Order: sequence, then structure tokens, then C-alpha cells
Amino acid sequence: MKNTDFVVRFAGEGGQGFLSAAIGFASANTKAGYHAQTFATFPSQITGGPTWMQTRISIDPVLSRGDEVDVLVVFNEYAYETHKNEVKENGFILYDSDQLNIEPSEKVLGIAFEKLAKTTGNARAANMVMMGALAELVGVNLSVLEDFVKERWGDTSRYGEQIVPQNIAALKLGSNEVQDRGFKLAEIEPAKPLNTSQIFLNGNEAISLGAYSAGVEFYVGYPISPATTILIWMEKNLVEKNKFVHQVSSEIEAITAIIGASYGGKKSMTATAGPGFSLMSEGLGLAWMAEIPIVVVDVQRGGPATGLPTKTEQSDLLSSITPAHGDVSLPVVAPGTVEECFYATIEAFNWAEKYQGPVILLSEHGLAERQQNIPKPDINSLKIENRIINQSTDNYYRYESQGISPMPIPGSPGPYVANASEHDKMGDTTHLPERHIEMTERRFKKLEILKDSKYEYINSKSEIILMPWGGSKGPGFEAFEKLQEKNIDIGWAYTMFLNPLPEKLLIELQSKKLVIVPELNYLGQFSSLLRSQGVNAKSITQYTGLPFKVQYLVDQITELSSKR
Amino acid sequence: MAEKNNPEYDFKWCPGCGDFGVKKALEAAIKKKTIETEEPILNNVVIAGIGCSGNMVHLLEGEQPYGFHGLHGRTLPVAMGLKSSRPDLNVIVVAGDGDFLSIGAEHIAPQAKRNLDVCVVIMDNAVYGLTKGQSSPTSEEGMITSSTPYGKTEQGFDPLAYYLSLGISFVASGLSSKIKDLSELIYEGMIHPGFSIVHVQSPCTEYNNTYEILKGSPKKGIEPLAKPIDESHNPNDLKQAMEIVDTSNIPLGILYQSKVQPTLTQRFEDLTNKSKQKDIESLLKSYSV
Repeated sequence: MKNTDFVVRFAGEGGQGFLSAAIGFASANTKAGYHAQTFATFPSQITGGPTWMQTRISIDPVLSRGDEVDVLVVFNEYAYETHKNEVKENGFILYDSDQLNIEPSEKVLGIAFEKLAKTTGNARAANMVMMGALAELVGVNLSVLEDFVKERWGDTSRYGEQIVPQNIAALKLGSNEVQDRGFKLAEIEPAKPLNTSQIFLNGNEAISLGAYSAGVEFYVGYPISPATTILIWMEKNLVEKNKFVHQVSSEIEAITAIIGASYGGKKSMTATAGPGFSLMSEGLGLAWMAEIPIVVVDVQRGGPATGLPTKTEQSDLLSSITPAHGDVSLPVVAPGTVEECFYATIEAFNWAEKYQGPVILLSEHGLAERQQNIPKPDINSLKIENRIINQSTDNYYRYESQGISPMPIPGSPGPYVANASEHDKMGDTTHLPERHIEMTERRFKKLEILKDSKYEYINSKSEIILMPWGGSKGPGFEAFEKLQEKNIDIGWAYTMFLNPLPEKLLIELQSKKLVIVPELNYLGQFSSLLRSQGVNAKSITQYTGLPFKVQYLVDQITELSSKR
Repeated sequence: MAEKNNPEYDFKWCPGCGDFGVKKALEAAIKKKTIETEEPILNNVVIAGIGCSGNMVHLLEGEQPYGFHGLHGRTLPVAMGLKSSRPDLNVIVVAGDGDFLSIGAEHIAPQAKRNLDVCVVIMDNAVYGLTKGQSSPTSEEGMITSSTPYGKTEQGFDPLAYYLSLGISFVASGLSSKIKDLSELIYEGMIHPGFSIVHVQSPCTEYNNTYEILKGSPKKGIEPLAKPIDESHNPNDLKQAMEIVDTSNIPLGILYQSKVQPTLTQRFEDLTNKSKQKDIESLLKSYSV
């Protein structure tokens, strides 16, 4: 029997170059029509420290990183000791015999990657020896990697004429080494033909492309893991006429500057992570109060304060809804996959423009650092919203009426004061109780128009519903499929739109016996949000800094649902 | 064009407050700018922080510019976002010494280094007025206020020396009671291509009445502390400006002006000329498998 997917984990020390090899291996397989997803976890330092990356290749779209490992590639002793127990029973360990020695067995194979590479005349082709060995082990045709090498260095590198044959020779050396020793996993089934062309990217790139598609005109930000790559993307691609991008001096400056730009009529965004998001609290309150459309991306990382800068967690949900003092309830859109990172960003802009206020795009480290193939978005089918702009030259009052009112833009009619203090219809400061009542209700009433968003709902008759959010969608859905195979009666609900929730879905959930929420935090934040809205929800929590494993979810859900 | 009429708005500055003079000067400067440039008043945006000075945006009389009454200390970031995305607008920042030099101080240096093309008018009364008289960065050492009942234990902050040290490309100093002179300084700051600050002594009659010290009193034999800068001063000469600031008087007039540095807008325009125009299709294509 052939395999439908396999998982390779690369483990060693940061700076050993295997991270790019792992991405290259994934990318090469997507070129051959396979689906791939990478997962990386590393310490917060420039080079060194225990680092590992995992690549899952499948004939079907990949939902999660994969619980267990088919092939473990290790580059030092520590990596071997740490990861050896996660290798499947019939899996293999491939190790760099330049770096360590493992007692030989029929499951363990040492290759001197660099020594072999040197025989091609290029010691830097060590990763290619490793990839060649890997391809042979997992049954991927070597031509897939050869094509990748030709495309990667053939035309683009000045030394392509040299590098390409050297690398191809290195691939063969690695492959031969495995063949000679007779190691082999079951072969993987041939790739299925794909209907749509694919792109291969990570979550932060998908967010950046989504913002660009939505028409972002102004971006400023401050470097912070794991959101920095969005700033880098914008600095590269938003340098255009009538647009603006800049690295500013703090997250406080970033949030207030995007408010200034949006007040001036520009679609504006910034991206940050936990500590920066905390600094943005006052600015988010201002945007809510003065009714200025902005999008703030929070790429969640672990823990409070500085926490875990390079680990994943879903612990900013409650603080993203109420980041500021006073009565606020910020709209939150949380993508669950790399593909959703693209579409959620467009939705976040659409929400901000429609209801005229701040919207939080809640991503997470696990999505930001994940490379994945997704269908290339069809730009022509996107629906892009723009704020209503005031054209009236009569005495127009910005904050009159209950609900959405046209926004005057400096330079055109309808001058007003955008005010952080409580204000009247003209934007002037007031302390009158009736104005505070009127304006508070106005601000909350605007959320009503955001309640008709899309959601997934499968097996809706079941009394028990599984409802993960954000990046736990992938392992959650894989667990759901496994539970269905076991004939466990369970339904599935999912939405990117966490606040306000789609009204119809909320009504459905309120009628259920139990809604099970897998989420990566201690408090059980989404289930507490659901309970506050009359849903009997219970969380499966995890706070390891790593995403869920599917089997863990299957076990936990089975236990929770059998207790009923 | 609408003249402002809001019978409900009831904020008042105290009688004799220096901010009245600053308001008149600002109104006149904006008016002059709209006439000289033949641009509509709607192209003007006044961005205020929090404190007595913040109410400026609501109190401006006559034809109305746009206004932004934001957070304490955050006038400059709002102005940065607005001006860099809308270089066509005339952006004016109004703030007090507490707002600008204490909680907002972190934002001054970055704008100075970018040469953000906005005009900042600071109303300095050396006290937190709206919260009823606490010490501010510009209060002098030893000053008794409600928050320094035994005397202030920090040195007084010299804003003009600070601005000059940051390389801010236009630095002027004014007095709220000299409305015509002040209006001229604000106008010059507005048309200056780059970051301009007009720092105004605007006394608080309630908590720190410094009128007599600033203006002097011939009757009491008090020499005025605020004195016009000697006409021989060359505003392009930074060293000379530093020397003027180093005296115990408060100089009135343009201390320093340099038109050499490009503005943030010009710097960014240079980048756009170097970079290739992008489009979403080619960006997506660069990720093709």
C-alpha cells in the first residue's frame, strides 16, 4: 500500500541551514503537485539554540503539521535525544554522521552530508545530499528535486552553470547512499491533478497580500516577533505614489499614525504582537471613540509581558475585543489557515470601512511561520468595501444619526473635530449625560451591520458541536474527521468572525447541549466569550507554545462528549 | 462655509489665560495662509492633545478648519500619519508643555530626524492647568505646586535648547500677549518646508501667573524676561541660536531656520522614484509554485 502523506522533521541548531532546506523540500514537492505545510519552532536568538522544523507532504490539502514523524533528520546529539521518541514505529532516523554517531540499526542511517558534498566540488551542497537521501527514503521521485534545483539556481544565479550540476550530483549521492543500504518507506501515491494554480507562502505573506488587495495605502509599524515580516513586506512593496510606509519609533506611534492617516481618508494598517498590542490600547480606544477605520494585526505569541516571542498561543482573544478602558467591543477577525490569512485581511478592511472603526486581525505565530501551498486567489472575484464619504456642503454633522454616517475627509466639505473625548454631533467635547448615552449607543449599534458573516456548519443536527478558532482549525478539523470515522455523533462549527459572531450561528450554538472549543490558552478565552453569550461551551486548553496534536484532540473530545 | 455655532459647547479658558492670545494669532495665521496660497480653509487641520490647550480646536472662531482632539501626548504621531499620507494638507499641532514635553516627548526626536512638514504651536505655562496646578517639565526647580508641596526636585526643562539640539529645522519663540508678532511666527512656521515649532509663553492666570515676569513692569522696576531677538541674529546660524538660548532671558522671534534638509515627504518621494510600481497580480505570481 502506498502512503497518502508523510512527515519529515529536521532538528538541530539554528543557523545550520536546514530550515531553508526544509522549506525547499516542501516547495519542491508543491511544484510536483503535492500539498505541503511546514511548521517551525525556534528560540528567540539570531543563531543557535535548539531549532526544529517539520514538513508534511500529502496528496490532499494539509490541515495540520502531523502528530508523528516518518523521517527524523538530526544534526546533533541533543536533537536526537529530544525527538527520537516522536518517530513512528516504522519510521526512520537520518543523521549527519559528521556531527554525531548513533548506534546502527535498520531504522537508523548516518550519512556524512558535508563530506559527500565536497566530492562534488561544493561543500555547501550538504543540504542537497540530505534532500536526495530524504527523497529516496520517502519515495519522492528525484526528478522533483532536480527540477527544483534547476529552477532555483538555473536562471537566477550567476554561478548557475556550476551550482546546478553540483547540486544535482549531490542529490544523487544522497539518494544512492539510501538505495545502497536498502532503506525505504512506503512510496507516496502520485500527486492528484490540481484545478487551480497554487502559490506557496506563509501566513504573514498572505496577510500582506490580502492588505494589498484590499487597497492598503498607509502602513507603519515597529519590529516585533512574529509580526516583523509584515513590516518588511510593506517596506518593500508599498513604496508607491499616493501610498506611504515607514518604520516608526514605537507601537504607540504606529497606532496613532495610522489613525491620523485614516482620518485623512487613507486605508491604514499596522501589525504587531502581544507587547506592542498592549501599547496600542489607548490608540484603539481613540479609533473606537472618534470612529476612524483602521486594521490592526496582532500576530499572537505566547504569554503575557515579553512571554514567548517565538512560540504560538491563542491568548489575546479577550484583550483584542476589549483592549482599551471604558466600554468598547472591537470587531475581531481570526484566520485559521494560511489561505484564510489572505481573505481575513480583506474582510478586516471591509469591516473597518463599513462600520468606521478599528478592527483586529488576530493571527498567530503558528500561521505566521508556516509555509503552505494555497490556491492562488482570484483577484477579480474579491469584494472590496470603501467607507462612505461625505459630499454634502450644507451644515453637515459627522456624528449625527444613530448608525453609520458619511465620513468627511480633510480637504473636502464637512469639517469636524475627531474627538477622543465624549462629544456631540459636531465632535465638540461634552459631559452631558444624554450625549454620552446617545454616542455610546451609536458606537455599539454600528456593530449590528457586522453580524451577517459567513461560517462553516457541518452535521448541525448533533447536540455536541466542535468549534475551534484561529489556527486550531486545522488540527481541529482533522480530529473531527477522525471522530466521524469512529461514528461519534458530533457537529462542526467554525468562523473567522469572532466578534461579533454571526448572529445565525450564535442562535444555533445557544440551542446545543455542548460546544467544545479547542484553544491554545489557559483561561479558555473563546469558550468564556461563548458562555457570556448564552452558549454552553467548554474548552480544551493547551499552553505549551506549540499547536495541538490531532490525536490529543480526538482523545479529549471523545472523553468530553462521552461524559454527557 | 460654516461658521461655528455650538450653543451646547461650554468649555471656557479662565479670564486672562494666555491661550486666548494664541487662538487669535493662530486664526490670523491660518487666514493669511489661505489667502496667500489661495487654498481652501478645508485644507487646514488643527491637531490638539489634552489639557487646556487641547480645547483650541473647539474654540476657533470664523470659518472652520478640520480638527483632531486626540490623546494626551500623541499629537505628533497623528500629525505624522496625516501629513505623510496627505502632503497636500496644512497640518498644525497645538499642545501644552505637559502634553508635548512630558508624556509626548518621545515623539519629538523622530519627527525632527524625519523633518516632518508640520507646524507645532506649544502653549507653555509651566504648569498642568486643567488638572489644577501640578508641576510640569518647564516648571522651575524648587517651584511650589500641588504635586510639589516642598518644591520641585527636578531641574526646569529648557525646551528651546532641546529643540535646537535635535536639529529641528525651524525653531521660534513667542509670547501669547504679542498676538501680531506671534501670528507672524506661526505663519512663518506653516510655510517653512519642514518641521517647525513655535514655542509660546502662554501664562496660566490661575496657577502660574508669569505675565509680570515675562513682560516686566517699569512701575515696579522689573526688567522683562522675554525680549525680542536682536535683529543682527542670523537664523541660519545654529551656534548663534544656541548662544541666545543659553542666556537667562526668553528670546522672542525666529531662533533658527534651515531649509537644507529634505522633508519626510520629499524623502519618501525619492524612494518611490527608485522603486518599481507594483501590482497585485505580479506580487501573487512571485509566490507561484
